[in-house]
Amino acid sequence: MSTEDTIKISAKNVQVHYDDTHAIKDVNVEIADKAVTAFIGPSGCGKSTFLRCINRMNDTIDICRVTGEILIDGEDIYDKRVDPVQLRAKVGMVFQKPNPFPKSIYDNVAYGPRIHGLANSKSELDDIVENALRRSAIWDEVKDRLQAPGTGLSGGQQQRLCIARAVATEPQVLLMDEPCSSLDPIATVQVEELIDDLRKSYCVVIVTHSMHQAARVSQKTAFFHLGNLVEFGDTDKIFTNPEDPRTESYISGRIG
Amino acid sequence: MSLSMSVLIVIALSIVGYVLAPRRALRLVGGDRRKLASLPKQYGLSAGLSVFLPAMLIALLGGIGGVAGSVLPVIIVAVAIGACCLAILKSRPDFIARNSAETLIKAVLIAASGVAILTTIGIVMSLVFETANFFRDYSWTDFFFSTTWSPNFRGDSALGILPLLWGTLYISFIALAFAVPIGLFAAIYLSEYASPRMRSVAKPAIEILAGIPTIVYGLFALITVGPFLRDYFAAPLGLEQSASSVMTAGLVMGVMLIPFVSSLSDDIINAVPQAMRDGSFGLGATKSETIRQVVIPAALPGIVGAVLLAASRAIGETMIVVLGAGAAASMSLNPFEAMTTVTVKIVSQLTGDTDFASPETLVAFALALTLFVITLGLNVVALFIVRKYREQYE
Repeated sequence: MSTEDTIKISAKNVQVHYDDTHAIKDVNVEIADKAVTAFIGPSGCGKSTFLRCINRMNDTIDICRVTGEILIDGEDIYDKRVDPVQLRAKVGMVFQKPNPFPKSIYDNVAYGPRIHGLANSKSELDDIVENALRRSAIWDEVKDRLQAPGTGLSGGQQQRLCIARAVATEPQVLLMDEPCSSLDPIATVQVEELIDDLRKSYCVVIVTHSMHQAARVSQKTAFFHLGNLVEFGDTDKIFTNPEDPRTESYISGRIG
Repeated sequence: MSLSMSVLIVIALSIVGYVLAPRRALRLVGGDRRKLASLPKQYGLSAGLSVFLPAMLIALLGGIGGVAGSVLPVIIVAVAIGACCLAILKSRPDFIARNSAETLIKAVLIAASGVAILTTIGIVMSLVFETANFFRDYSWTDFFFSTTWSPNFRGDSALGILPLLWGTLYISFIALAFAVPIGLFAAIYLSEYASPRMRSVAKPAIEILAGIPTIVYGLFALITVGPFLRDYFAAPLGLEQSASSVMTAGLVMGVMLIPFVSSLSDDIINAVPQAMRDGSFGLGATKSETIRQVVIPAALPGIVGAVLLAASRAIGETMIVVLGAGAAASMSLNPFEAMTTVTVKIVSQLTGDTDFASPETLVAFALALTLFVITLGLNVVALFIVRKYREQYE
């Protein structure tokens, strides 16, 4: 599998503390652009916490403290001059459970563009919404009921709607926190195909519990264990020939 | 024998059944409780309730049915004694008292909700009958459409509801216009911005307002707010010289309503799932954008419910109006003029020497029924709105 060499995100000595708990211990990682990077590891290993550092969602948790630096395109996102709100427009996020707003399908997708003033006119906004829905492979299913509530869709459709919502703000990075964990196998396949497609335009980082999913969709894989980044490398290599014994036992199902 | 005496006897017999039924069952198995079909206390509960409930039902039905006061207590006691004997005799080891007690407890619960519903029906019935009497003496078109309110106990009164309804709605409107924004903003601050420590102090502090008796608010309106508004607003503007005014009563009532709006809205805003906020933050929305465009719309049905509840309170409020707005019925737009409301006039028509046959007194029931219909309508609307939008988020 080919990966491009441009580095989009680079983390240096990242530490995260929740009060007294040391959740992320000295993580260094370089994440490539236009590729899918998967974070795997047992529950509570810190993979979601680290993901939430990349768009500073941890700022919304009072007791969380992040040190070290995370660079996106060479710029430290924890620099004082960086506004986390602006950052999150650039780094979109899709959550574990589909969380469409209690608004119409159209308004869900138009939410980001409206906040950030991405459209000059109604017709431009219509185009943005349509494009986002097409890119998220859900346009055909919803094009006739754009004004219906987003909460009325099935779980898999809701998740693709949430992806469309993130895509509509034109982010550069797309973070996905176990996006398929509450979906059935068929919806999972659809979302996975979508992720593979999104890779062409974005730097995608996905946290997943399913090792098969990591193997299917990602080009790079990072294995987290007890807050440490144990091993990081090409997905093929991690799954066929891991270097660290902990990675090997996790992948073969002995821990986790 | 009086009715209260018979009730005491019923209670005594219930206790007798409660004590004796398990004893008898235990005696029949020679004291080995493992041979009983149910626990001893369940035999007691079943027996006690099967004495108490039928006797009370007879008392209620007899009371409503108009059975003579001398006969009813005798019937009640007879039924209780019979039920007590039957319950003790039934208390055999193979009697499944557990299921019987279960059924009887359900009956108690049904009775409790029945009391609440029957009371409501009773209130409505009494209002309806008296109102019907009123309309026999006084034309309903004059009542609903006349703009004059001048009761005269020597007869020949003008009893138009419009000036009173206008006062009620005007004062309620001012109260809500004051309480809804302040209460809602306070709720937003408390649930979205305040630190847990701030919240733990501020929330109870606001809720103290709900515990102040309305007469105290009335005094506050009378001696502080009224003169203040007159001296600094009404008089300089040349509007009115009276300390009693719609504005005074409205503002003070608004203060009273703040905790209703803020406390309920706060709970509702807190019930909006964190996932909604995360979704919005994740798209690069600021806190106030998230609150305005995601949290408030999601919480809207509940907030509307809170506002309508506050509206019902405002419409029914009496004390603050008497002391704050005066008792003069008038239809004016001037907010610094004294006005009065439906509730105040109900009180004043029923106090003093009253003759329950004259339209001047009976009008109180017509006023009360009108008010009841209005608040009921508001509650129905509130329920409807809440139901319609309840499932917007999971």
